[in-house]
Amino acid sequence: MPKSVEETQRALEAHHYIADKGLSVAVFLALKLGRPLLLEGEPGVGKTEIVKVLAEMLSTRLIRLQCYEGLDISHAVYEWDYARQLMQIRLLEASGERDQEKVRHEVFSQEFLLKRPLLQALESQNGKAPVLLIDELDRADEEFEAFLLEFLSDWQITVPEVGTLKAEKPPVVVITSNRTREIHDALKRRCMYYWIDYPSFEKEYRIVQEKVPGVPEKLAQQAVAFVQALRKQDLYKAPGVAETLDWASSLLALGQTELSPEVIEETLGVLLKYQDDVVKAKNQARDLLARAQMSI
Amino acid sequence: MTLSTPQLLRHAVAFVRSLRSEGMVVTPGQTATFARALGEISIFDPEEFFYAAMSSLLTRQEDRAKFAEVFRKFWQNLGLERFPAELLNQTALPPKAQKARPGEVGREPRSSEGSSNQPQPVVDRALTYSETEVLKQKRFDQMSEAELEAARKLLYSLVWNPPQRRTRRLKASGKEQLDLRRSFRRSLKHQGELVVLERRSRKHKPRPIVALADVSGSMERYARMLLHFLHAFTLQQTRQGVRRVESFTFGTRLTRITHTLKKRSVDAALQEVGQQVKDWSGGTRIGACLHSFNQSWGKRVLGQGAIVLIISDGWDQGEPGLLAFEMERLQKSCHRLIWLNPLLGTPGYQPLTRGLVAALPYIDDFLPVHNLNSLEMLVEVLQGLERRPGSTR
Repeated sequence: MPKSVEETQRALEAHHYIADKGLSVAVFLALKLGRPLLLEGEPGVGKTEIVKVLAEMLSTRLIRLQCYEGLDISHAVYEWDYARQLMQIRLLEASGERDQEKVRHEVFSQEFLLKRPLLQALESQNGKAPVLLIDELDRADEEFEAFLLEFLSDWQITVPEVGTLKAEKPPVVVITSNRTREIHDALKRRCMYYWIDYPSFEKEYRIVQEKVPGVPEKLAQQAVAFVQALRKQDLYKAPGVAETLDWASSLLALGQTELSPEVIEETLGVLLKYQDDVVKAKNQARDLLARAQMSI
Repeated sequence: MTLSTPQLLRHAVAFVRSLRSEGMVVTPGQTATFARALGEISIFDPEEFFYAAMSSLLTRQEDRAKFAEVFRKFWQNLGLERFPAELLNQTALPPKAQKARPGEVGREPRSSEGSSNQPQPVVDRALTYSETEVLKQKRFDQMSEAELEAARKLLYSLVWNPPQRRTRRLKASGKEQLDLRRSFRRSLKHQGELVVLERRSRKHKPRPIVALADVSGSMERYARMLLHFLHAFTLQQTRQGVRRVESFTFGTRLTRITHTLKKRSVDAALQEVGQQVKDWSGGTRIGACLHSFNQSWGKRVLGQGAIVLIISDGWDQGEPGLLAFEMERLQKSCHRLIWLNPLLGTPGYQPLTRGLVAALPYIDDFLPVHNLNSLEMLVEVLQGLERRPGSTR
């Protein structure tokens, strides 16, 4: 567990995650105060990535819950293994067990409980609480959010047949959202909140160097400057950092050492995911490249 | 650092108060988190201090600029810290444009009534059946002030059931899927014999509704009534349990008025809308406005199968190509795109303006909205919407 903001920032960097000060403060406080961390931002700015890094950093396991509409208890929390339970009843019957109460007790033991992510997150291993990623919460519906609210404040889950299961140590929780729907205020207020922005040129350049080893310095600079210029254009979906990394890797794989308008045209599909955006960028490729060169 | 000193704590609480006075919502719980956070960071590092305050007190990126402004003013006034310029100057608020506003949007401006023309007394009585019928057919732009008042009253009595959407959440009952959990529990009564199979099915929920109202010059005669309509509509829908009615106005720019319209008092709500909307009775650039809607709001408010209502006469000074492009994008991202046109109620009217011609291919329903009857028709259309996109698609 890091002891200061700087230590947090350094530790993240040691695991190849370049975080700026604001994010480091939010992460540090979330860890320190035991609050969930709510990260919002455009797709591809590293919301999910930081959670993986966090798990590595704390050397604990990562539990991931991908949200979708209709996500319910049986997929998020627990489910009984009905087939095995039915089998168990038959076995008990065959062995001559007649006591109803005993059968019930036997069948609803933890042995037949299938633990889903939220229940798993209550269990520490080697004295270490896991990191729980609740990914893209905006995709889940209000019903699930309401359930989550309870879970996040008490760190316990009640299974009617077994009783209340409580976390020995509360897990480190990170929630991400792409804002396709507004997260309920009550939930937001329980979290440390941080909006991850697109990185500056310097930061993005460092990220590329960290994540795509072997990319020539000049190519990396040009590629990052080009993406930065591209983000200023009026696009439907601007490229995220994830796209920059994919693009740099692609350029590397193609054996390029320098950007040219032709190469850009051929590889734009890696950066932009809407046909209209691709057309727009193609028309401006030369211009954008010139601007990128200037800014380096 | 140990926990904050009483002095610092007092300042922290005062700071939260000044955030609240700027209209931001901060709960006592958040204040407590902030106070605890102050004990964990080095408060002499201005950056750390700022971010600690931000991550514990801020919950919406949109408020960030306002937050930074309040932060700067408060802590600088105290003379406690000198905050790095680059942290705060990017967030300076633009100066407020002081523009003369029509006294009260949504009603006839008081001054426009000539002094010789005494204001007609508004008679507050229930209308008889035939009076109501006449009123329902009268065009909004031909109504007198008294008739408008009566029409507004009728608006608030319109009742409708919002269109539904089949969600992916399951509830016990129905017969769509096997409910193993309940089946198994019941079977325990019969020594584990599955006598009755319980079933479950998908839940239904009202669809979110997004309204985009044209407030440009050509729509002036209708815009007031339509704002009333939007207010009544929002109120009605909220009562029906629809949590999400989003409203925007557009002319030369897009303004979100959702929160303003949620005020219970129509007068207060409409007055605030008047102050908020800067392009009242100006030009129209529908394409550009839809573009900014698609860019900054589309992904956030069109989820869960939303129904979009565009209320406009289609007079557009912008580029038709852009309008068509943005309309196509909008139609693809919503469940149903309904265009309400007040001119459609005029006998012999043909939608031939450049803007409308460009937009028409992407409209699912093209409906009039010139009198109360047409609003009732809209109610019916909304209720009759199938759960899947209609045959026009």
